[in-house]
Parts: sequence; C-alpha cells; structure tokens
Amino acid sequence: MTDQAVASEVGRARPRKEDARLITGQTNWTDNISVNGMLHLAILRSPMAHARIERVDVSPALERPGVVAAFSGRDLDGLGSLPCAWPVTEDIVLPDHPPIALDEVRHAGDPVAVVVARDRYAAADALEAIEVDYEPLPPVLDLEAALAEGSPLVHSDKGTNRSYVWPLKTGEDFDSVRRRAEVTVKRRYVHQRLIPNAMEPRAVVVTPLAASGEYTLYSSTQIPHILRIMMAVVTGIPEHKLRVIAPDVGGGFGSKLQVYGEEAIALAVARRVGRPVKWTESRSEGYLATHHGRGMIQDVEIAAMRDGRLLGLKVDLLTDMGAYLMLVTPGIPILGAFMYPAIYKMDSYDFTCTGVFTTRTPTDAYRGAGRPEATYAIERIMDELAAEVDLDPVELRRRNWIRHEEFPYTTIAGLTYDSGNYEAATGKAIALFEYDKLRAEQADRNARGDTVRLGIGVSTYTEMCGLAPSRVLGDLRYAAGGWEAATIRMLPTGKVEVVTGTSPHGQGHVTSWSQIAADVLGVPFEDVEVVHGDTKAAPQGMDTYGSRSLVVGGAAVHHAAQKVVAKARKIAAHLLEASEQDLDFADGVFSVKGSPEARKTIQEVAFETFTSHDLPDGMEPTINAEHLVDPDNFSYPHGTHLCAVEVDTETGRTKIRSYVCVDDVGRVVNPMIVEGQVHGGLAQGIAQALFEEAVYDEEGNLVTGTMADYLVPSAADLPEFVTERTETPATSNPLGVKGVGEAGTIASTPAVVNAIVDALRPLGVHDVRMPCTPERVWRAVREARS
Amino acid sequence: MTRISVKVDGTTYQDEVEPRLLLVHYLRDRLGLTGTPIGCDTSNCGACTVDLDGVSVKSCSVLAVQADGGEVTTVQGLAGDGELTALQKAFHEKHGLQCGYCTPGMLMAARDLLRENPHPSSDEVRHALEGNLCRCTGYQNIVRAVMAASGQEVTA
Repeated sequence: MTDQAVASEVGRARPRKEDARLITGQTNWTDNISVNGMLHLAILRSPMAHARIERVDVSPALERPGVVAAFSGRDLDGLGSLPCAWPVTEDIVLPDHPPIALDEVRHAGDPVAVVVARDRYAAADALEAIEVDYEPLPPVLDLEAALAEGSPLVHSDKGTNRSYVWPLKTGEDFDSVRRRAEVTVKRRYVHQRLIPNAMEPRAVVVTPLAASGEYTLYSSTQIPHILRIMMAVVTGIPEHKLRVIAPDVGGGFGSKLQVYGEEAIALAVARRVGRPVKWTESRSEGYLATHHGRGMIQDVEIAAMRDGRLLGLKVDLLTDMGAYLMLVTPGIPILGAFMYPAIYKMDSYDFTCTGVFTTRTPTDAYRGAGRPEATYAIERIMDELAAEVDLDPVELRRRNWIRHEEFPYTTIAGLTYDSGNYEAATGKAIALFEYDKLRAEQADRNARGDTVRLGIGVSTYTEMCGLAPSRVLGDLRYAAGGWEAATIRMLPTGKVEVVTGTSPHGQGHVTSWSQIAADVLGVPFEDVEVVHGDTKAAPQGMDTYGSRSLVVGGAAVHHAAQKVVAKARKIAAHLLEASEQDLDFADGVFSVKGSPEARKTIQEVAFETFTSHDLPDGMEPTINAEHLVDPDNFSYPHGTHLCAVEVDTETGRTKIRSYVCVDDVGRVVNPMIVEGQVHGGLAQGIAQALFEEAVYDEEGNLVTGTMADYLVPSAADLPEFVTERTETPATSNPLGVKGVGEAGTIASTPAVVNAIVDALRPLGVHDVRMPCTPERVWRAVREARS
Repeated sequence: MTRISVKVDGTTYQDEVEPRLLLVHYLRDRLGLTGTPIGCDTSNCGACTVDLDGVSVKSCSVLAVQADGGEVTTVQGLAGDGELTALQKAFHEKHGLQCGYCTPGMLMAARDLLRENPHPSSDEVRHALEGNLCRCTGYQNIVRAVMAASGQEVTA
C-alpha cells in the first residue's frame, strides 16, 4: 500500500484566504453585530482602587431618556463567581469574584452597576445618574509590603494577601552547589505590568430566545468552547441551551483567553430584560477591565565555575495577581517555572513562586505567559555571569547549552526536550548579524569614549508550547485537558470543510489548515474551507492560546484527513473492483496498480457516498472523519536573537540598529505566516523592553489609562527585522511543527535589554529597569558615574 | 437634531443627527458601514481612518455634522467596481495584515501618503503611518506592502 500525498502545499507561502474580507471592510467584528430590539449596555466602574460599597442606587438612571433597565450587583442575583480554572496548589487562597461588585470594589474599574438603553450614547450618559457611596479602604500595591504583617488586605475575609506558594526543587540542593561554586551572581529583575492592547476592543452581544430559554453569546474571545462551559456554570443557563460564537476577532495575545464578567453580565441582563444586549468596551475602559500581563519581581541567583560551567539556579518570584484570580491567573508563572533553566545543563534548580493579591486589575496570560519572564531572568543573568567570568556572552551560552546530539534531553526542571539544534541557530544568527564586526566597532567606540555607545545583546530561548498533554495539565491542577479536535466533511460536490476546535484571531488558521488538509487529501487548496469559532458549527475544541493551535489542532486536521483517505480507499476499491492493497493514492486520486487508467478521485468518492447507490455491503455512507489529538509531550521551539543598539549616554535614547533572529519552529506550513508571527512577537517583546508600562499612582489609579498615555509602538518606533529559520522537526506530532505565536516575544525582551546593558557596562551599569526609557537609561548612566 | 447630507462611498445620504454624533458612529450605526472599526477613544490608533474630502481623517475625531456637504471614502469604497486597489492587493500579497482590525485605517492612511508622495522611502512610510497602530504585524510587512504598492521593494 503506497499512500503518497505529494507535499505541495505545506511549506508554501500562500497569501491568506482570510484577507479578502479584511482588506475590503467586509468584516464581522462583534461590535458590527446589530439585531432588532438590541439594547446597549454600559457599566459603571469603581473610580477607586479599594473601597467598601455603602450604597448603590440605580433608580435615577431609569429616569434618563432611552434607559430600559439598570442593575446593581445585588439586583442581578443568580450570577456565580467568575471561575479560576487553575488553582495551582491545594491550599490556594481563591476569593469570590462577583461579575458586579457586591460589598467591596478591589481595583479601579471593578464593575459596580450596569445600565441598558436604546443607544450607546444614552447608556453611557445614564451611568452618571447612578448614585454610589464608597467608604475608601487602603490600596494594596507593593508586592513585598502586601506580604508584611499588618498590611491592609485585598480580601479581608481571607486574612492574607498571599494567594499561594508554589515550589519546585530538583537535582542537587542549591545550598550545596552554592558552596562548591566558584562564582555566584544574584540579581533582582522586575517585569512591569503590561496592557495587551489587542486592536479590537472587547465586545459582547447576547441574543436571547426567551420562550425556549436559548441564548447566543457573541464575544470577542479566543476561547468560545471554554467560555460556553464556564458561562453555563456562572449563569446557570444549561450548556446545551447556550451557543457561543467568536466572530472575527481582532487580536488577543492572551487578553481574550478569559472568562469575563461582562460576558456573564450581558447574559444575565439579556435574560432579565428579554431583549438582545450589546456591550462594547472603550479602549480606556479596557485598560481597566481587560486583564493585564506580567507584573513580577524575580530574585535570581546563579552558581557556576570560573570556566562558566553552570551548577545551579535559584529563582524566587513574587507575582502580582491583581485583585482576583481569573481564568488562569495563578498558573501563568507556573508555565514559566519549567523554563528558567532554558536550554542549559545544570545540577540544581530551586524555584519558588508566591502569588500576591493587589488592588489592581487582575493579571493573566499575555503573549508568552510566564515564559518571557523566565527567559528574561535566565538570559539577563547569563550576561551578568559572562561579565563576571570574563567570557563572551555567546561563548558562555555555548559552554552550557544542550548539544544537538544530546536530544532527547531531560532538563533539570523535568521536561524532556525532544529536539533542537542550538548550535545551528546560533551559528546562523551570528553570521547574519556580523557579530565579530560589531564587536570590533564596539571596542573601537569604547576606546574612543564615544558618547553614543554600541551594545550587543544576545538571547537564546526555548519554550514549552503546544499546550498540552492533558495528563501533565492534570498533574499541574489545571481544570481542563489539552487535546484538540478536527472534523473533515467531504461535501457531495467535492468541496471540503475542515471543522477545527481552534479559534483564530489573526493567525491565519483558515489558510494553514487548508494547506494541511489539501496535502493529505490531494484536493486543491481552493476547495477547502475551514469552519471555526462557533460552538454549534464546530462543537468541540480547546481553542487558541499558548502556541498550541498548529501543534495540536493542525495535527488533528492531519490525522482526520488521513482517516478520510482510509475510508475513501475502501469505497474506491469497491468501485474499481480492486483490493485496497492494490490501490495507489496520490494527488487525490486512487488508481489501480499496474492499470493507472482505472481511477477515482477522492472527490468522486465523496459524491458516491452522497448517492450511496453502490457502496460495499454494510458500509456507512460517509467518508467524513473526526480526530482528537492529545499530545504526549509539549513542543519546544527555540532560537537565537541578536540585537545591536546605539545608546546615547547624554540623552539616554536607545536606537535599535539591527535585529537578527533565527528561530527553529520545526517544520513550517506557511513561511509567510510564520514570519509575520515572528515580526509581531518581536514588536511586543521590544515594546516591553523599551516602551510599555502600566503605571499606577500611590492611590492605585491607573495613570497610563488611555492609549495616549501607554506607549504602544508605531511603525516609526521599530526597526526592520532580519528573520531567518533553522528547521529541526518536532518529534511529538506528525507534522514536525512546534508553534510560533510566542517565540518572538520571548527572546526579544532580554536581547534588547542585554544590548543596552552591554553598551553601558564599561560605564559601570549592570541593569536598567524596564521599560528602558531615555530617562531610566540616563539615570542609570548618571548613577554609575557618581 | 441637525440635518446633514453626506456622500459616502459614492452614495449620498441625508439624515437627522445629534450634533455630538461622531462620524465613525454615523458610518457604523446609522449607515451600517461597519468596515470602519473603532480601536480607541483618544484618536491614537487610527483604525477608524477614512478619507474626507481628499484628506485622511480619524473618523472618531470628526463629528458627523462636520462632514455635512462632504464626501467620505471608507475602506468599503476602495474597490469600487470589485477590482482591488494596488494597496489592497499589496497588503494581501505581502501579508500586511493578521487580525485585520487596523487594516482599514492602514489602507486609508497609506493611500493618503502615496497620493502625496508616490515613491516614499521605507522610512517615510514608517513615519507617515505613525498615527496608525497595529499590534499583530510589527509593521514590517505593512511597510513592504506600501512600498510594493508604490512599485518599490524594501531594501533593508
């Protein structure tokens, strides 16, 4: 039996099928949806970081023109607490999280009351009529002070601001390696809070069918399937009566991997008033109401020998949960826990993470989710160690990384990396970057005492992605599995529908999944359509996050297509009056070995199943197939990023002069899409290094509360990137793919900061806190000089 | 209420509007032209950029009444007779969009640039698009697309 799907689509830079609508404005964003009788919902939010609610009176709002109803938290009873699906420890402190605050507000932006009105202006206007009396309570903002005895409490009934402590100790005891180490370096790094800033603000539309108790929830979400389950639990609407649709979704970056209060509120209000309801956040509202990312203090200690050989790593984290534990809030640093040892070999690893409540917007997944933080810590301290033992930073990494012949390799953190080639990626990056030439220029500038210094930053990385083996997730106390589903429907006219459980929001799944299916089925790329993002049309799935979609969902498409071919073979054999073993299958055609004129295309077979006039006895009249993949390992993309910066020591201004990255994301389905993913990741990682920070004042107000205050970089702020690849296939899935969504974000932040510190190290600077604004760089130079 | 008459993508509309109604809400909520999206409330993101009387404007910063007697072109009016413009084709071919939310604004702003400067350098493209934010692409392929639409290639 020779099954040869000619691999003509996978690997091809196909322009995307998604684009035609998007470049002509024929879009279906949630906020575009308008239905008869629809009301607009607006939310009154707490202006204070922390206060007791003494009184809420919504009745004055009802007098306002166009207002149909208004509710406080108490009025909308029957809503459960918003869920946390990842209680990382048995004794985690897990407070209630009412969608509308009942007795206390715990961050600026916590919902207090809602209004529905006939248009969006009327709803917004009516909010100001609602009367609320607050009794201010002290804000909790500093992570260390929050843990001190006598600190004000975010959740007073819990008696502590400590949510959990999660340890991981492996290998030799760290104290013991510290004793035998010739060098130890200890540093504190701080990850500022970031605001994800998907370009599409969140929006929700609910259309109720009161008579039958059915509800359709449209939401700008990454997770329609998970959302449906969670909304059934929170609102009490039976799961089978609830349909969730993620229409066109304008970016997510983790911020739409969430079960939001507004989704529950819209359902509850629509149920109460019996009319369709829409809520669309304004950008400034979203800055308070959509979860933030990062927010972590890292105490890191590395122990090594003089020759640079690593002995061990100790990591102590304080992570800012914000006011509540949302869907996977406590798990984010745990996704990073296994990545601090990165691509390096060592004898000891000692990790502890403490989750801390503060009176700020909750944190949760933001592009990379825990892994950028881990990579930043190890890659920053590797540079400090290189300086300490007087080695070139690349050479120090080379001395410690897992060599390509050592794969599969089980790391000190207990992960088994299936494949990789750090030598190849680094070698290619060094060559493209002209590393030696830049080092020579740097030495020259330093010798001249140039006021504009050249800095070279390197960062390697690997990440665990392709989330994930369900059993591992279970071991980590995550509430769901990590499988993914695909169904292939072979239509009578020969067209193909691929139904996927992934839920794209910019990643181009329609194009890539078409390529995968076209290859296996041997049908034209144009004949494939991909169905997603609707729990009625694509009922099974675990959605899109954690660079999982291609690795798990793409593999499911591949397997399902293979099942279709296997079913079609039986029918083709019957029709061609040959045995299955005597059939070849190539380019979508079954042909009889030795007599190639006897042939049936798989698309013809699909039609034969539709008529069913001549199928083998007892055969089910379909070649449609479904497959669920539950991977047995994570995938481990890796790469080497090099950044050259020019730092003006007199103004503090940093300019990225060149940026080269070589990523190994395994086999590539669509190189154009992969490159685009890397570009976008780089932009976000660089933005953390240089531009972005959610700043709060001492009262807990978000100071960077609008897009005018929070610096999302523009085209003029970013350089041209040189992106290249090496290709070491993953062994954990049939496509050999590893995932690419987060790669760029993970490595670029440390590469940039390492470059800045490298530029300033001769002046005595050893760190600059992110974002490395001109002011911070200037101050660092000044402090080092004085 | 104020009566306005506006030509949008070739069709003239006459409507009574509240004086405070933003042009973008007029386009989206009254005319159903939802191709122009809203990305912020401080006129920073540029997603809502449209052409008003030959100049690209952020339609969240213009009142509908200010467009009275004017002519508006939105992303939905670009491919007038079904034929995509050079910019639209280039965005598709160069992968200048991912989620596509910023794309209408990018297309309108880039169109404005190329009208004034048909052969910009890639640096000029970057500066011209400064008022349009994209979170997905890192801008590299947007720059490539605009350069390609002007008949040029990006040289790094």
